[in-house]
Amino acid sequence: MECQECHQRPATVHLTQVVNGKKTEIHVCEQCAKDNGYMNYGEENFSLNDLLSGLFHSEGPSPFKGQSPQTHPKKESLKCPSCGLTYNEFARIGKFGCAVCYETFDDRLNPILRRVHSGNTRHDGKIPKREGGNLHLKKEIEEYKNNLRQLIEQEEFEEAAKCRDKIRSLENELHQDEGGEE
Amino acid sequence: MSLKQFINEAISPWMKQEGPDSDIVMSSRIRLARNFADHPFPIIAREETLSKVLAYFEENFQQTSFRDYKDFELVRMRDLQPVEKRVLVEKHLISPHLAEHSENSATLISQNEQVSIMVNEEDHVRIQLYFPGFQLDKALEQASQLDDWLEEKVDYAFDEKRGYLTACPTNVGTGMRASVMMHLPALSMTQQINRMIPAINQLGLVVRGIYGEGSEALGSIFQISNQITLGKSEEDIVEDLHSVVKQLIDQERKARETLMHRSSVRLEDRIFRSYGVLTNSRIIESKEAAKCLSDLRLGIDLGLIDHIPRTILNELVILTQPGFLQQYAETTLSPDERDVRRASLIRERLQLEHKE
Repeated sequence: MECQECHQRPATVHLTQVVNGKKTEIHVCEQCAKDNGYMNYGEENFSLNDLLSGLFHSEGPSPFKGQSPQTHPKKESLKCPSCGLTYNEFARIGKFGCAVCYETFDDRLNPILRRVHSGNTRHDGKIPKREGGNLHLKKEIEEYKNNLRQLIEQEEFEEAAKCRDKIRSLENELHQDEGGEE
Repeated sequence: MSLKQFINEAISPWMKQEGPDSDIVMSSRIRLARNFADHPFPIIAREETLSKVLAYFEENFQQTSFRDYKDFELVRMRDLQPVEKRVLVEKHLISPHLAEHSENSATLISQNEQVSIMVNEEDHVRIQLYFPGFQLDKALEQASQLDDWLEEKVDYAFDEKRGYLTACPTNVGTGMRASVMMHLPALSMTQQINRMIPAINQLGLVVRGIYGEGSEALGSIFQISNQITLGKSEEDIVEDLHSVVKQLIDQERKARETLMHRSSVRLEDRIFRSYGVLTNSRIIESKEAAKCLSDLRLGIDLGLIDHIPRTILNELVILTQPGFLQQYAETTLSPDERDVRRASLIRERLQLEHKE
């Protein structure tokens, strides 16, 4: 069996994750297990911050064996352009400095978030009314597109054309919105 | 000030009401973490930034009202004495973190004290909403409306992929912590709760004792809340918590019945002994008080004691904490002095019921 993450090395770590009552089988190689935060510490006596700090450093090879994370000097110098927080500081305090930090450290967040949120990395909840204005529109367009696909399959071309026009006008609206913001 | 008057002012109006299943669920809470998009988070922000955030809140929300939540009052932490902050923490209106970081932090409290909006806590904004009893759905609905109301004037830090951005990665996504405070004496006595906690943890929920940790919970009061905030909708999170709490309620009721059935004399003995301690002791530590109050409350729920209202547990759990004891005494007290004051406050409070 090959590793489901890298599809290169053989899967040597087999886990069953139970998230909200749903079982998921995970088959990965040791490297990917570490990189994705699937490996457990086996110790309960970690405080949340220890646990998080450990995760933040887990980008380097075998960080769990106490190797220095500085084997990636390039990555370590990562610094948020907005608030000035470096990745090292982030790892030490376990907190972000500002909203832009999320983009700055984006490459490294998935393993951390997966660990903390039972495998989840993407938001699936409320969208704010004003701040998320575009997103409501995007969601709507997505829904129309699904609808369009169905209509075409059912060969209801007249309806499909209406739907297509609706998508175009919504997309126009979206572009104007985005243009207007800049 | 008379005790009655003191209690009236000390206990939040919503706490005096009963809600659904309030024989077991003491309160339901929703907390939403939000941040301004264009300011650094409080943990690294300069004081002048924080003071700007605070001023913005004062300007826009001081003395405003939103539906049932009238006359929001902005309480600046730096204007409060340490004991006053402690009292707010003990009432759960502010977090210990807010009390410690006082320079430019504040909270907006609605007149009925159901809503507290903390400003410059770990995040810029923390909306907190309480309901008596088991009312998670209602709490979520109203918290979300309050959130929309704030968003009319606050540019939130929000990202399509990660959701509401928070200082701590454990809150990102919905920024929501839903929690329920439960009184589970029968499950604790029979130690069934110890077996249930690991199973509940597996579902992405956390169980905490409000005094100690986990199974060591004193006074058999447990807080159950969601751990995961990312990748699930607010409604789903609340639904999961709801279904677990519902099961715990059923189990607790069953355990109470079994206890009454199998060892009613022992149970009655335990309850009345505790009642005796509460009405007669001259020195009582918080640990013992918590245990005895839990027994007393169980006695009320089981109908063994019928002249005392049920809300006495919620009330005395709050009033017998160090901050409140000192506020009532109007002086600083050593731990030994507190134990004496605690005993007398409880005695006095229980005597009020005799007179009526």
